[in-house]
Amino acid sequence: MSREKILAAVKQNKPAPVPLPEMLSFAYPVTDLTAAFTAAITKAGGATNIVKKGQPLTPAIKALFPDAQRIADFIEGDTTTNAALLQQPALLDVVVLKGQLGVAENGAIWVTDKDCVERVLPFITQHLVLVIDQPTLVGNMHQAYAVMGQQNPDYGVFIAGPSKTADIEQSLVIGAHGPRSMQVFIVEP
Amino acid sequence: MHTKPIPHAEAASAFLENKERVQWHDETLWFVRYKRDKIVNEIPEWEQLRDLASQIKDHTLSQLDQYLGQFEAAAIANGVTVHWAADAADHNRIVHSILAKHKAQKIVKSKSMLTEECHLNEYLETQGIEVVDTDLGERIVQLNKEMPSHIVLPAIHIKKEEVGEIFHQHLGTEKGASDPLYLALAAREHLRQKFLAADIAITGVNFAVAETGAIVVCTNEGNADLGAHLAKVHIACMGIEKLIPRTEHLSVFLRMLARNATGQNITAYSSHFRKPQPGSEMHIVIVDNGRTTQLGREAFRNSLKCIRCGACLNTCPVYRRSGGHSYHNATAGPIGAILAPNLDMRKNADLPFASTLCGSCTDVCPVKIDIHNQLYQWRQVLTQEGHVPAAKAAGMKVMAGVLASPARYSFAGKWARKLLRWFPSLALNKTFNPWAKQRDLPAPPKESFREWYQKNGGSK
Repeated sequence: MSREKILAAVKQNKPAPVPLPEMLSFAYPVTDLTAAFTAAITKAGGATNIVKKGQPLTPAIKALFPDAQRIADFIEGDTTTNAALLQQPALLDVVVLKGQLGVAENGAIWVTDKDCVERVLPFITQHLVLVIDQPTLVGNMHQAYAVMGQQNPDYGVFIAGPSKTADIEQSLVIGAHGPRSMQVFIVEP
Repeated sequence: MHTKPIPHAEAASAFLENKERVQWHDETLWFVRYKRDKIVNEIPEWEQLRDLASQIKDHTLSQLDQYLGQFEAAAIANGVTVHWAADAADHNRIVHSILAKHKAQKIVKSKSMLTEECHLNEYLETQGIEVVDTDLGERIVQLNKEMPSHIVLPAIHIKKEEVGEIFHQHLGTEKGASDPLYLALAAREHLRQKFLAADIAITGVNFAVAETGAIVVCTNEGNADLGAHLAKVHIACMGIEKLIPRTEHLSVFLRMLARNATGQNITAYSSHFRKPQPGSEMHIVIVDNGRTTQLGREAFRNSLKCIRCGACLNTCPVYRRSGGHSYHNATAGPIGAILAPNLDMRKNADLPFASTLCGSCTDVCPVKIDIHNQLYQWRQVLTQEGHVPAAKAAGMKVMAGVLASPARYSFAGKWARKLLRWFPSLALNKTFNPWAKQRDLPAPPKESFREWYQKNGGSK
């Protein structure tokens, strides 16, 4: 059995115990998290839109994607339309999802399988819109994992910008396999 | 696989013949190093992060058996099937058995250097199964029937005009096209069809969290996720060294990985897979393939801390000017050169010599592997074990004798100066003295400093 063989070899060959370091907590020196987040996601090829709580998003999304036919909006859209659109996820133009939190230092948004509805949605859509509440912004990844704590969803992903590649002569191309663009709505209280 | 590959120095000579390409390769990779420096310098606690990352990995390796057990138990509780593979052949058989069970014919694979190391694609081809690599760079080299030349930038050795030709032949793009946007979009359409039709998706693993049984996969293209979520079965292949103890440790590694690799803050996607998608299967194959042996080599064990960021390749003056393929190993560059001899000393004995020992690799390593020191130590091990070419070993022996004795050193110096004056071709003859291939010796001085000092001011 490979399992026993490997574990026995590890046991025999591993070095003397080394203690696990205390996790340090690194503060994030910037106070305007919205501006820092916007700068980071813009650098990664995304964009932000700041809105007030209660302000409808649909008109703004329509304005951003005037040619989009199939918009699956899981925040303001109606269930019947979304269910119909989910029949053919490969044809989706825009998907609108909720994000759990945003990280100012790198522009990443934590999205769980519950937020995704179907895990493939944030990847298969041509354009992705993520909506986060401004108070959920944290400074860096240490703070993000501290907030996430032990929630450990079945699946979760940090999304930081549209899909991209630089595999041809290091030339940046936005829209590799996944979304060709990413818009973030930051909802201020 | 059984024949001895072309030695690094010889392959590098061939690479160096195209001067323009060498310069381009060199500059492109140096630019990635530059971007890395720029973004790393924005993080004031970078050195503390390196310390933490290194200590977390050291700790994990020192209790790896417990963490592997903990990870396995958690993964099984999550509904994941866990497999253990002692070596590459074992790994390939396991993956094939899963494919066979599902009668899978359409396989998509995202980047996994482990499956390259195990030659999974070639093995599955012999079983009549085609695997489509979905990372754009990997797809390019796959269509061109090559291996990746870099662990993060697989097609870094290929020019856009060549990509245009490869895509023209295989994907039917316009002849002569070389616009990266046009070519990447053509690949997007081509690979979308593959994703939508795939029966099974294979991915690599960047980090495996012992306490939760989750695996984390980082990509910019989103190809790992498209594959894994669309197919009914997800197989993730990982080396035993991918483990970290806790979820919170990801904060350290995810802050470092992309910054050090490509100069980005973070990859576009950092996906945490813990449970299979409802109605789907998830398998994790845990692979040894020489890693436990490396764990037992005290001088070399901390190479297992590597998180495959590729920074040591980008910074290495030898890698940049010799190209990844000259290393004849799935992982090229400095890190490849300290991992490869563990897999096969005879075959890879040349690789630790493909270095100037300048130490730049060690300086940029996010987990503080003493790479250049290990290269130096491998040279000694390989020489002792008789894996170094006889001429080189004999030459070293003579040099060691000369350098160990002041009398012999002074005698040899005197005669060398004379001989070189009388027969300059001795040193400049490029077949006799390979060191002179890209170098010219200055005219030998009449006397050594020691002789001059004795004549001109030496009191005793």
